[in-house]
Amino acid sequence: MSRPEGEGGGLRVKFVPDEEVLKHIADDPGIKVRKDKTQLTLSVKTFVKKLEDISDDEAQEVLEEKKYVAALGIGTQDSMQNGSSVSGGEVYSFQTPKRASKMAELASELAQTPGQSVAPEHAECPEKTAKTPQSSKHSSSNKVQQKNEKKEFVSTTPYRLRKRLAEEEEDAEDQKEVSTVLSGRKTPAKTKAASTPPPRNTLAKKIKENKMSNLVEEYFEAHSSSKVLTSDRTLQKLRKRKLDQQTLHDLLKKAPLAYAAEIKELNEQHESLFSKWMLQLHLGFNIVLYGLGSKRNLLEKFRTSVLQDSVHLVVNGYFPSITVRSILSSITEEVLDHIGTFRSPLDQLEFIIKRFKEDSSLELYVLIHNLDSQMLRGERSQQILAQLSSLPSIYLIASIDHINAPLMWDQAKLSLYNWLWYETTTFSPYVEETSYENSLLVQQSGSLALSSITHVLRSLTLNARGIFRLLAQYQLENKDNPSYPGLSFQDFYQQCREAFLVNSDLTLRAQLTEFRDHKLIRTKRGADGVEYLLIPVDDSTLTDFLEKEDEDV
Amino acid sequence: MSTCSVSKGCFVFKPSPKKRRVSQKTAVCFGEREDDSEDANLRFVTCQSLWNEIKSATEQIQEDLNQQFFDNLVSFLRRSHSEFQEKTTEWTCQMKSREIPTAALVLGVNVTDHDLTFRSLSEVLQNTITPYIALLEAKDCPGIKNLMQKLMGQLMNCYVDVDSLEDEDCVQVSQNRIRCSMSSLINWYNSVTKKTDSETPRKKRTSSSRHWQSPPVVVVFKDMESFSTEVLQDFIVISSQHIHELPLILIFGIATSPMIIHSSLPHSVSSLLCIELFQSLSSKEHLSTIIDKLLLTAQFPFKLGEKVLQVLINIFLYHDFSVQNFIKGFQLSVVEHFYTQPLSILCCQLVDAKNRVNSLSHNQCENIRRLPSFRRYVESQASEKQIALLTTDSYLKEIIQKLLEDLHVYHENYVSVLRCLHVFTSSLPKYPLGKQIRELHCACLENQVWETEEYESSLQLARMLNKSDLVTMLQQCVEIFVSSSGKEFDKTVEKLKEFLTQFQKLEEGEAFQEQDVSVSSQKELQKKTDLYHLQKTLLELKESRRSKKLTKFEMLRFEVVDYIDSLVRPQDSARDSVFQHSQRSPGAPQRCPEDCASYGFK
Repeated sequence: MSRPEGEGGGLRVKFVPDEEVLKHIADDPGIKVRKDKTQLTLSVKTFVKKLEDISDDEAQEVLEEKKYVAALGIGTQDSMQNGSSVSGGEVYSFQTPKRASKMAELASELAQTPGQSVAPEHAECPEKTAKTPQSSKHSSSNKVQQKNEKKEFVSTTPYRLRKRLAEEEEDAEDQKEVSTVLSGRKTPAKTKAASTPPPRNTLAKKIKENKMSNLVEEYFEAHSSSKVLTSDRTLQKLRKRKLDQQTLHDLLKKAPLAYAAEIKELNEQHESLFSKWMLQLHLGFNIVLYGLGSKRNLLEKFRTSVLQDSVHLVVNGYFPSITVRSILSSITEEVLDHIGTFRSPLDQLEFIIKRFKEDSSLELYVLIHNLDSQMLRGERSQQILAQLSSLPSIYLIASIDHINAPLMWDQAKLSLYNWLWYETTTFSPYVEETSYENSLLVQQSGSLALSSITHVLRSLTLNARGIFRLLAQYQLENKDNPSYPGLSFQDFYQQCREAFLVNSDLTLRAQLTEFRDHKLIRTKRGADGVEYLLIPVDDSTLTDFLEKEDEDV
Repeated sequence: MSTCSVSKGCFVFKPSPKKRRVSQKTAVCFGEREDDSEDANLRFVTCQSLWNEIKSATEQIQEDLNQQFFDNLVSFLRRSHSEFQEKTTEWTCQMKSREIPTAALVLGVNVTDHDLTFRSLSEVLQNTITPYIALLEAKDCPGIKNLMQKLMGQLMNCYVDVDSLEDEDCVQVSQNRIRCSMSSLINWYNSVTKKTDSETPRKKRTSSSRHWQSPPVVVVFKDMESFSTEVLQDFIVISSQHIHELPLILIFGIATSPMIIHSSLPHSVSSLLCIELFQSLSSKEHLSTIIDKLLLTAQFPFKLGEKVLQVLINIFLYHDFSVQNFIKGFQLSVVEHFYTQPLSILCCQLVDAKNRVNSLSHNQCENIRRLPSFRRYVESQASEKQIALLTTDSYLKEIIQKLLEDLHVYHENYVSVLRCLHVFTSSLPKYPLGKQIRELHCACLENQVWETEEYESSLQLARMLNKSDLVTMLQQCVEIFVSSSGKEFDKTVEKLKEFLTQFQKLEEGEAFQEQDVSVSSQKELQKKTDLYHLQKTLLELKESRRSKKLTKFEMLRFEVVDYIDSLVRPQDSARDSVFQHSQRSPGAPQRCPEDCASYGFK
């Protein structure tokens, strides 16, 4: 590409495909310049006549070109228009594509109807062309000859290719790839005889790519159409959708425990380790239990069977408001009988450490259920607990459940904890641990909300109750509308007025404030700035409420 | 006594004080085993004594290893300190320098071991340099204020500790929590040094020369990397302002690389430090020493099995580089062994073990008979002997005593031969049997080492050693055998020495011989003029030279290697008959990979 004249002769014919040209317009100014040169040299060529012939078609050609560009959807139309108005290099750059394509047209013409002047020359030096390397294109005849050859081959394949491409309307990505492949092929093609057009290869490649992309598409098609494998048996489809806490509890109690005998045996195995744990605790190790299932009962058993005669502290890590401070406080206050407060947990820890170091007869077993709980997993809490556990007369036995729980501890903490790991899979349910959590199966606060609504309303005036009723009814009417924003204040006021419930919007606002304070309604501003009112209670509760109201009335 | 509550997360249970007393005695023991509750006690005692022995040994090793390191550090501290001493007289030069003498200790990534190092370091310093040492950790010092608080608290406390409880005012000071500033620190320092000055003859207890007149204040930053740079900068800048009044020395504990000081502190700050670098022993070397002194010795009857050792080493190499953890793992395996093996009462010194064998109960004898290694031994005996072994307890005990003795001897010899073999294999190309002696040890524990391919190839390679290497190796081997406690090595030593002298003779004779050969061949060459013959003779000569000339040395070399081989083989084949009992006897390889693995889980 760096040899302007030699290359120029070849290139001008080569860049036939419109896509390629387009690409050059769009993003390669360097090649543009080269094109200009070709155009210049072109005028000195022996084929001037032919070119003139073509120039007649130029106008039409430009039109076609434009159309093509538009069809390809690349935003070059603007630049085309610009090109017509602006002169200079830019004009050149926009005209080159036309020229180039013109050459292609010419070439195809030549190929189809071999001209008199071309054929003899071709016959004269076929060997030479076959042998001449790209660099030795000095003689004009040779150049011409080569041009011819190129035209020949170019006119056949890329033309076809172009057509094909136009037909297929592949995505831009693919085209780019093909064009780059073509430009890569350029140089060898120049010297080669026209017998086997190298673009065949690229065509083959192209086809292969097509195949590939087809394969990919097929793959995704096949997989997208396959049935969804996740179960659609959701909680929503249950016949009895929501239960209250008590019924759920009773039902769970009734459910038979699977593999009860095996689990019992497993637990007995774990229990046989108790004496070993005691030994290891006394030798300065601390024990951590991991594995599936609640380990609470196991630790409770350990506590009741082994620790009955010694001072011990049980910490429910799963307790929602447990803190390290509360753990430390229970040690200082209840174990060490210390009255007084501490400025920080670190001070408290220091005090504990001091006391335990002073009095070697002091011993304390600490059992922590769920050491990895939400409240205790913090870095600082773990640090304090680790320091606590590193005391020789504090024996820590803890359980962890989270799969990534060991990530809480870095090397320093691990060495303080000095864990021994015991895998104690119990398969027992986490009843106690999850008792502070909400269950999906339990109807959330349904009865509570209902009772609170009735309770609040009972203390209000009749009019206020009517207002609430109106809102509730309206909401129930719209319960099937998923995008129901609420009742707008103005509409609500209108309705209330019609029902003789309020006489001014101020009174209504006063009533609404009352509701809002009891969290019976929620207001939110819509996109249009209008206030919408909503009762934040689910529909079934609301229905229950209305039924009850009707009964009362 | 329920631990379920909706208002509380912590529950304390306190038994009546009467019960508590009782519990403490029974708690520390090997559980209640049905069959041999009496032995359990004995086992526990044995275990404890063994572990204490091992522990003190490791501590000793640690101390020895750190000796050099500490000596360097102490001399550095003394030097910087003496500068300060001189400066107190020369006020002019004091104005110039603001640099704080700083020791950067590169301790390696095994952070868990650092604590121990620092503890012994502060002990050493307390004994030699100064009573005023503050150990600071990053987690206690999120800000400069906390740092100063911590620093002053530690310094003043240590003052109280050092000089008994007479100094009431000082205690009060620390309790009142006076403003923590550098000036108050200086005031404190001045008052302290003055007091000791005036009362030197009485108060400086045993050694008045031990501490200088105005001992320096040493501040140790245990984990320099985790301190926030602002805090460090502030502290350094502030204290550099007061360095004339307060002889401060900083010690940085560094886990990664000394570059961290310069990368974390700006130049203006780091230029205030006069840093000297100290490199501690790498933990790998530390471990090698520990293994060498704990495992490859006949001193301790407890031996680690192959798998456990492998697990422990892997945890060390791929997990934490912590020697402490290795030792803890070792402790765990000791405890586990004594806890699970009723026959582990025999895991003690030979003399005790013999006595204990005599007093074995019938149950224990049955336990012995159940051991797979013992069963193998029985099967290899004559039939009447078999019956005797299986039925008569007294005969069994007799045999066991003998076997124990054998085992003891075997272990003694094993170590020496292992070292000897290591001398040979450790210098071979590609290290077929490992570079470290622990690898060789593992290979030996795993199976009969002489049956392995690696052993074969290493022998092959050994047969290609050159003479000087061979001689030095032999000399090393001689040293090992001479220094080893094992008996029966006299002959070996003799033999090896014989080899050595032969090599020497060879050396003397070789030069002469070579000349001889070449001369004679020259003569032969001169005789023959025919080209074909010449070629033929040259070829022959070459052949013969290759086969003949080297033979003497080569033969000797083969002999040596074979001898070493034979040394390994009988040794191990002795083990063949002894190893059977190792399951039940002192050397019982402890097998608890699961526990160790779970121990190393995180």
